[in-house]
Amino acid sequence: MKFDTVITGGGLAGLIAGISLQKEGRSTAIVSSGQNALHFFSGTFESMKEAPARLQEIFSEAGIRANYADGFRLMPMGTFRESALSLEDISLFEKPAFVRKALIVNFMGYHDFFSSFIADGLQKEGIEARVRFLRLPEMEHLRQSPSEMRSVQIARIMDRIWEKVVQEIRLLLKDDDAVILPQVFGLQDISVPGRIREALPAKVVFVGTLPPSVPGLRTQMQLRRRYETLGGTFLMGDEVKSAHIHEGVVHSVVTQNLGNHYLEADSFILATGSFFSKGLISTPESVYEPVIGLDVKASEDRNTWYNPDFAGNQPYMDFGLVTDEDLHPLKDGEPVRNMYAIGSVLGNTRPELGTGAGAAIRSAFKAVDSILSKA
Amino acid sequence: MKIQEKTVSPHNFEECMKCTVCTAYCPVLQANPLYPGPKQAGPDGERLRLKDPYFFTNTLKYCMNCKRCEVSCPSGVHVADLIQAARIKYDKSAPKLRDRILASTDFMGTLARPLAPIVNGVTSLGITKTVLDATLKIDHNRTFPKYSAHGFEGWLKRHSKEQAAFPEQVAYYHGCYVNYNFPQLGKDLVKVLNALGVGVQLLDGEKCCGIAMITNGMSEGARKNANHNIAVLEKAVESGLGVIATSSTCTLTIREEYPELLGVDNSKVKDSLLLATRYIFEKIEKGAQLKFRPDFHMKVAYHTPCHMEKLGWGVFSEKLLRMIPGVEFTLLDSNCCGIAGTYGFKKENYLVSQAIGAPLFEQIKTVNPDVVACDCETCKWQIEMSAGYKVMHPVSILAQALDI
Repeated sequence: MKFDTVITGGGLAGLIAGISLQKEGRSTAIVSSGQNALHFFSGTFESMKEAPARLQEIFSEAGIRANYADGFRLMPMGTFRESALSLEDISLFEKPAFVRKALIVNFMGYHDFFSSFIADGLQKEGIEARVRFLRLPEMEHLRQSPSEMRSVQIARIMDRIWEKVVQEIRLLLKDDDAVILPQVFGLQDISVPGRIREALPAKVVFVGTLPPSVPGLRTQMQLRRRYETLGGTFLMGDEVKSAHIHEGVVHSVVTQNLGNHYLEADSFILATGSFFSKGLISTPESVYEPVIGLDVKASEDRNTWYNPDFAGNQPYMDFGLVTDEDLHPLKDGEPVRNMYAIGSVLGNTRPELGTGAGAAIRSAFKAVDSILSKA
Repeated sequence: MKIQEKTVSPHNFEECMKCTVCTAYCPVLQANPLYPGPKQAGPDGERLRLKDPYFFTNTLKYCMNCKRCEVSCPSGVHVADLIQAARIKYDKSAPKLRDRILASTDFMGTLARPLAPIVNGVTSLGITKTVLDATLKIDHNRTFPKYSAHGFEGWLKRHSKEQAAFPEQVAYYHGCYVNYNFPQLGKDLVKVLNALGVGVQLLDGEKCCGIAMITNGMSEGARKNANHNIAVLEKAVESGLGVIATSSTCTLTIREEYPELLGVDNSKVKDSLLLATRYIFEKIEKGAQLKFRPDFHMKVAYHTPCHMEKLGWGVFSEKLLRMIPGVEFTLLDSNCCGIAGTYGFKKENYLVSQAIGAPLFEQIKTVNPDVVACDCETCKWQIEMSAGYKVMHPVSILAQALDI
């Protein structure tokens, strides 16, 4: 099968590149081996402030709502961090001491939302905080398998009964001027977080949970639907195994599911992610790129990969593909001229700081511009 | 220090990072609280079962084997295979009579077909459904697939001479559905392939692929069928024939489930067995041409069956349909229809099955197509019954659009 561009990797970087190319009338395919980092998305595009116009356009056409305000946001461990471009679900404040008194609401039996940490964090900022648990008959069946009482399962119920939750919270509210809730709203119906904000007489703050990320999953669904509506071919659950390269030019890639039916294209984008997504593989001896064997920037001595301080800067997270200025990855020191590497496979992202999303978007646009400039 | 490279676990279960992505995509978990979910039933449970079979639980039977967990897994764990393999290994209870009946598609088809008009009449009676519900726990809301009085095999045998006259030949694994229930699909395939200059042959006595036996606790029967089918397929492949099928589930079963779950080696035939839509697409890609009716018009919404998602070949059906002038095409969101073969026929699963399919049915009603296109026979029954739209195989739509 022949396309203008074949993209390996269906996460944020791959989808932004795919949508941008389809919008310009190019035919593309995205090969995505399993789901991606959007499922662990904080909801904040770290390292980005205002969205560039072209990103705003993609978001609005996909139905994604984002905003930015100078200031801070509340993190799941009860700390505050400087704000960046965020999905609308995320609340942004002028200062950490954003209210006087907060009510933290969790659901009985839900272990992926750390209400006490948040209460501690708020108290450090001088905010009075109390935690209350809701027990709703509609959620009791989830508790039958406690290990599966997770964000997405709750969110599916919340799409139906969020108004009831609002009523319950109204009963709990005293003189609190903020309500803090886990991010389990608006999985299908994106308007729900906004409607909850309107319905409660206090500032409503949604805070991240353990994965899967509800806003991230929704964003993935919105972007994929937009991509497919534009005529893009999304090959979910398939994996690029190898590529046919001749004199620095890729002609086609071979996938697990399609076997001897190769995917041909004029240009190729590698958006395969970092270690978790297997864009990079580490073995006891080395770090390598598994699809083509591209050049990887990594230190040879394994003892230097790690920082014994767990929370410190981990050198292995800097590892990534070596590229030229146009994001062409190198193989044996020579650029692969019709291939572009984007997103976390480039390395230098810090998942604990969430910088992957910003890097994914910027590098995707750069690769797209380069592809479009070549007629 | 190459130890990591040598420790490949069965069905890749040690690759599980506990990321929980599969739990977000499991259709059953959304609808049935009794099911522990793919992560717990799959890799998490496997660790415990390896310690002590005591940890096997019968709730694994609620897994539909739709494979959506595997398609979504970022780490390449064969989650559904782990669950089905555990059922095969640890569940020693004898399958119920109902499950035997539902799983024996070949046997039931052979019995029912000569009496098709009577059987079809009887199974559509309210009283029959009530009795089956009460006695066998086959849900009374179900519409039963109709049997066809004349099978596909007989029809193709009668046309074998004219088929043999085509310069190119292919063998067709038709499956139980085409033979017993809906020979028209087989005839449509022959029409399209003939238009491409390809004649169609039967295999030398195929049997049911066995998927219904695998999921109903009859793996021994499934293994027998698998060994038989592989022998028959090898014979065809050795004689230089390619083999095609129209059912996405039969194809997945032979390609993936035989080695993964039944331990049956399919390596000599795996690459030669293609879905008809892929075979036709590749022919056209290489320059073959189909002539379409200029007046053809159809609004088509394509539903990708779960097993087609797992195969990763839905793209061929999609591209073929988009190729037909006059087809107004919509790709439906990736959702399970809820029937999962025999699963949705069982009384204890009926409500779950319908709840799972609801988002798909709603989207179909919103799109309001002339026809829903789909490569799976059981999805067809489910969508026709539950959404009220006609469902056609992409090959049948091609056949209808041909200008011959």
